[in-house]
Amino acid sequence: MNKILITGLLFLLLIAARAEAKLIIVTTTPDFASVAEEIGGDNVAVSSLAKGIQDPHFVDAKPSFIRQLNQADVLIEGGVDLEVGWLPPLLESSRNEKIQRDNPGRIVASKGVRLLEVPTRPIERSQGDVHPLGNPHYMLDPENGKILAGQITATLCGLDAGSCEYYKKNLKAFDNQVDQKISEWSKKMAPYRGTQILTYHASWPYFAERFGLDVVGHVEPKPGIPPAPGYLENLVGLISREKVKLLIMEPYFSDRAPNFLAQKTGIQVLVLYPSMAPGAGIRHYTDIFDFDIGKITEALEKK
Amino acid sequence: MRVILVALSIFVFSGAFSTAMAQEAGTDSAPKKQNSNSEEVKDLEQRLEDQQKQIDELKAQIRTSSETPDMAQTPPPARAVGGAIASMNPKISLDGLFAAAASTAQDLENVETGGHDPNQRGITVQNVELTLGAAVDPYFTGNANIVYQIDEQGESTVELEEAYLTSTSLPWNLQLKGGQFFNQFGRLNATHPHAWDFVDVPLVNSRFLGPDGLRGPGLQLAYLLPVPIYSEAMVGIQNGSGETGYSFRNTPGDELFGRTIINRPIERIADMTIVPRWVASVDLNDTQTAVVGLSGAFGANGSGDHTRTSIYGADLFYKWKPLTAEAGWPFVGWQTEVMARFYEAGPAAGPPPLPQQTLRDHGGYTQLLWGFTRRWVTGLRFDYVAGTGGDPADDTSRDRRFRASPELTFYSSEFSKWRLQYNFDEIQDRDRPVHSVFLQWEFLIGEHGAHKF
Repeated sequence: MNKILITGLLFLLLIAARAEAKLIIVTTTPDFASVAEEIGGDNVAVSSLAKGIQDPHFVDAKPSFIRQLNQADVLIEGGVDLEVGWLPPLLESSRNEKIQRDNPGRIVASKGVRLLEVPTRPIERSQGDVHPLGNPHYMLDPENGKILAGQITATLCGLDAGSCEYYKKNLKAFDNQVDQKISEWSKKMAPYRGTQILTYHASWPYFAERFGLDVVGHVEPKPGIPPAPGYLENLVGLISREKVKLLIMEPYFSDRAPNFLAQKTGIQVLVLYPSMAPGAGIRHYTDIFDFDIGKITEALEKK
Repeated sequence: MRVILVALSIFVFSGAFSTAMAQEAGTDSAPKKQNSNSEEVKDLEQRLEDQQKQIDELKAQIRTSSETPDMAQTPPPARAVGGAIASMNPKISLDGLFAAAASTAQDLENVETGGHDPNQRGITVQNVELTLGAAVDPYFTGNANIVYQIDEQGESTVELEEAYLTSTSLPWNLQLKGGQFFNQFGRLNATHPHAWDFVDVPLVNSRFLGPDGLRGPGLQLAYLLPVPIYSEAMVGIQNGSGETGYSFRNTPGDELFGRTIINRPIERIADMTIVPRWVASVDLNDTQTAVVGLSGAFGANGSGDHTRTSIYGADLFYKWKPLTAEAGWPFVGWQTEVMARFYEAGPAAGPPPLPQQTLRDHGGYTQLLWGFTRRWVTGLRFDYVAGTGGDPADDTSRDRRFRASPELTFYSSEFSKWRLQYNFDEIQDRDRPVHSVFLQWEFLIGEHGAHKF
């Protein structure tokens, strides 16, 4: 009886030890988390602070995040001021040296990404909430997901050299999958190359560039500034003049202005997901594009 | 980059060379024209044509090389260098907070008792705050807030509100803060006026922790508890002197509760103000978060040779915000703080003569904030303070007060706001309630660090 108990306890301890051995990766948004899961596989425990349907610029710095960051071996953040409104005080309170700036446990996903909309002239706030370091919505180009996957692989190899081959194998599989998907998505989007669209916020330039859409304007007159009636009238003119077919918005924007435009001009409004949305079946990074491209092609087919 | 440089130099050199050649050809051709040797001219023309071709090819090469992804991914060097230099500067911001006030009380300074409250009819410069912050080195961050005000007499004042370092890499989940700073008593004390949800400070804060809040030179050690939820225990130790040590050693010579404050030198560590706090938070679900805290402040007070003050506080904060909130809206926030103060007042010769006695005061505020649509917030706050021991009804800093304050705020952006507030104020020693209306406005320029939850 005792022997059974001891063996049982040892077994439990072993399980506990194995659970302990997992590298803890915390990400700011869940799209980073999905890529980290693909690379880290069974060796990592990944969690995201924000949810995919949340505006990543306006996340509350909840105290529970301090606890989460305190435990992390690796932090993946977007950089280029994506989380500037909430991550710095959390990091200061985290007391975790591993993930402080420039330490091996800190991954900035924008590193190595060719950033769009980098201001070439000095900017000021009269222009709205312009990102001084460039547009941070680069994960909407799947090629940039591959760049992040490469970074994660390098970091995990550094922290857990014994499993480096495993991570590299996962990276290869991920890259292959994304490449295959990209050609699939590009084929689907090919008939609609050059289609003019409006987006609510300037969050789709990377997506548009990759899949050949032409963003001719935004519902926001300036980044982060809600539209006034006069500006919407201008947009009505633009939509009719240029025959703009689609308006793309994220789930966290008010649909009041888009619906007004739809009513006035017949433009079709699509709510697309910029990140994970388990409710809409978006559980993996590539699901984002499956969903969004599916919606776009479906809408354009009808036209 | 190097490819461009090499290509450019080839381009420039070949251009210069061909120009020189052409000139040479020009000078050369003069005598040859005389000889009517057109063949050599033709030869030169051919050579020029060849060179032009070469130039065009090089130009094309430059264009393609700048389009290779490697090159385009690198930001322009001038910008990168400028950015690195700029990032060595601390984050600098300036916040201006002003308010216009109308009130049935002529002596608004006795009604609005906070140091940054609009305490005169007309317009008050509540707080103009210069904030600096940066990483000091890999071990500490540094922050400072310097406050400018203009008092009722129109005189400018400058105040070193805060200047402190915070550790980022102490072992065992510890964090050290040191310098001049707001003590972590409850929720509101450590926040700055521009982050407040109402125009003025709650009565319980200005009465118990002092008109300007509880702060001063000190040290604080905080420990993040190794439990599954967020839970932090901390203890701060401060001098407790001057107007920001109001219920403690305070300013010698000032009058408080009928006593003249004496100089209480620090003879032992317990004479300083010790501020322990425990705080914990749970996420009820993805959209609701609660934070609870318990605080204490203990130290010597300046009303007698051996007199002491104890303040106890409890606070609660609840916030609801849907995941698909737009720019932070809509939301509901509920915040409550209650406090009790036990002030051992020393004997006073008078007049009137006063015995040694313990002055017991209690009070609190509760406020509900509702961000009902993007840019708009409305709120309602109730304040209550009262005391026993001594003669609180005869002391304007201890008498019973009840205040109700509805407010409406319009955030033109994250960096500017406009707020309208009405105060209904029942003060024990006044026959009629005081009615006040405030219009507050704020602007913020520069880079201001994000606020805590």
